Amino acid sequence: MRSSTSGLVLRYAILILLALLILLPFVSLVLAALHESGSTVAGLALPETFHWENFALAWQEGGYTNLMRSSFIVALAAVPINAICAILAGFSLAVLHPWIGKQLSVFFVLGLTLPVELIVIALYFNLRNVGLTNNYLGVIGGVVALLLPFGVYWMQSHFASMPPSLVEAGRIDGAGDLTLLRRVLLPLSGPALTTLAVLVFMWTWNQFLLVIVLMQDPAMRTAPAGLGLFVGQYTTNIPLLAAATIITVAPIVIMYLIFQRNFIAGISQGAIKE
Amino acid sequence: MADPATAEVVRPQNSRGRTTSRRSSSVTRRRRTKALVYLLPALLIYIGFVIYPAVNTIQLSFLTWDGVQAPTPAGLDNYAQIFQNPELYRSVLNALLLIVFFTVIPVIVGLVMTALLIGKVRRGMTFFRTVFFLPQVLPLVAVGITWRWLYADTGIINQFFSAIGLDSITRAWLGDYDLALYALGFIGTWCMSGLCMMLFLSGAQKIDPALYEAAKIDGAGPLRQHLSVTLPGVRPEITIASVITTIAALASFDLVFVTTNGGPANQTNVPALLVYRLAFTRGEVGTASALAIALTVLVIIFVMLIRRITREAR
Repeated sequence: MRSSTSGLVLRYAILILLALLILLPFVSLVLAALHESGSTVAGLALPETFHWENFALAWQEGGYTNLMRSSFIVALAAVPINAICAILAGFSLAVLHPWIGKQLSVFFVLGLTLPVELIVIALYFNLRNVGLTNNYLGVIGGVVALLLPFGVYWMQSHFASMPPSLVEAGRIDGAGDLTLLRRVLLPLSGPALTTLAVLVFMWTWNQFLLVIVLMQDPAMRTAPAGLGLFVGQYTTNIPLLAAATIITVAPIVIMYLIFQRNFIAGISQGAIKE
Repeated sequence: MADPATAEVVRPQNSRGRTTSRRSSSVTRRRRTKALVYLLPALLIYIGFVIYPAVNTIQLSFLTWDGVQAPTPAGLDNYAQIFQNPELYRSVLNALLLIVFFTVIPVIVGLVMTALLIGKVRRGMTFFRTVFFLPQVLPLVAVGITWRWLYADTGIINQFFSAIGLDSITRAWLGDYDLALYALGFIGTWCMSGLCMMLFLSGAQKIDPALYEAAKIDGAGPLRQHLSVTLPGVRPEITIASVITTIAALASFDLVFVTTNGGPANQTNVPALLVYRLAFTRGEVGTASALAIALTVLVIIFVMLIRRITREAR
């Protein structure tokens, strides 16, 4: 009995140590952000006075009003577009068994392994030809498309996991395809849809390479892309950089804390089902 | 559409079409063609913004083009460049080294931690899970800036080494000619270890406890039990963790862009960084495209390799 208790203590000691290793960098970052702008900071040190004004300063210097607006425009457009396309496609592949459905399914899954680097060059020139660089539509289209393989795959496996009797019962009641989807399947898909939405929001928010290539206009860039350039300008101003970093991650961290279950289910299940 | 007679025919089963009777096969065929309409929005966007550009990139890789003037055919020259130009092939070697830090070490850490932690830990797991997944949800740009600060002259890493009396080894890690790439790689280890650990732990929880009992009866010690019960039990999770982290290593851009930007003296160049620079600042679109294709091929080869290895171990 005693050995199992000490085993448990040891396990928690390991867990706490590992959690500290993950959290310490962020503690260091937050402390740095509270030092006087432009001052030299030591790794882990409490500031003499807390310089909360750094956040206002970083917001202003980094042009965060524009960056945040762009980030939210792109993310709030990408999430529903991706979801609608993924729901329709997943429903079709899992329930309606379309002609060449199996091949199309593989065609989408293929996209899970394609890196952004493969498409970003040609996408830039293609969009430039039609005047869609420096345009939200270009970035939104790119992001939605990059995340569609995951979305379709996620919704397809969700619908496939629903009991076939549901679909049969709907059919017997005379429901057409769209009614079946809207009245029978979607009302039972809340958790799966929430997970898809928070993951697409996160991946869209975090997208970097695509945005710096397709958005040359600094005012139209998203928060992480703006932060990536901010580093170049304020290399040595650690407090200001730290404050800008915290502003950039704040929305995603808040989302993560609220929808923590969905994020984790999505990251781990999405991975496992493959 | 709402025809009860066909409802039977298209009963949603995994073995599609098996229940189809000849009598109504034309109805079924019409239905199955109509089902394609639901796929159209996804297909159009996916083809327009991913497949079409991907095919264009292949075409560009056979051209010499600065992005402005008329392109000229280049044959295989751009691909030859990858093998001949040290800047290019070193970037590929660097990416391969990053796999050690992004994949190999995190998977080993994850397996060791699973062996140590498996079992009784219940309370507080939500908290630990939330913390260990945190690096997965943050933009890598932010992770990179955080680590720039940790690695800086006055950062926490040097502070730590000074505190334990190792003043002599303190330095600006990301600016160190010999160590920058390893310092960069370690950020990947930090990011990915928690992911691997949590994936393996949740996989291990699904293993039937009877298997451990059986192993114990056969005289297997704790190590033997983990090698012959836990390890095979979490094989799917090992596969997927390896795939995710290997892609992250090979195609890494954000992290490198904000921490070292390839420096010092190209020591931390990676293919993705060169793809970006060649195409958009140096006007070598063809070479950039060839490198992007090579990178994609490398990713696909590694994904197939990982699947092959983890499957054959069965």
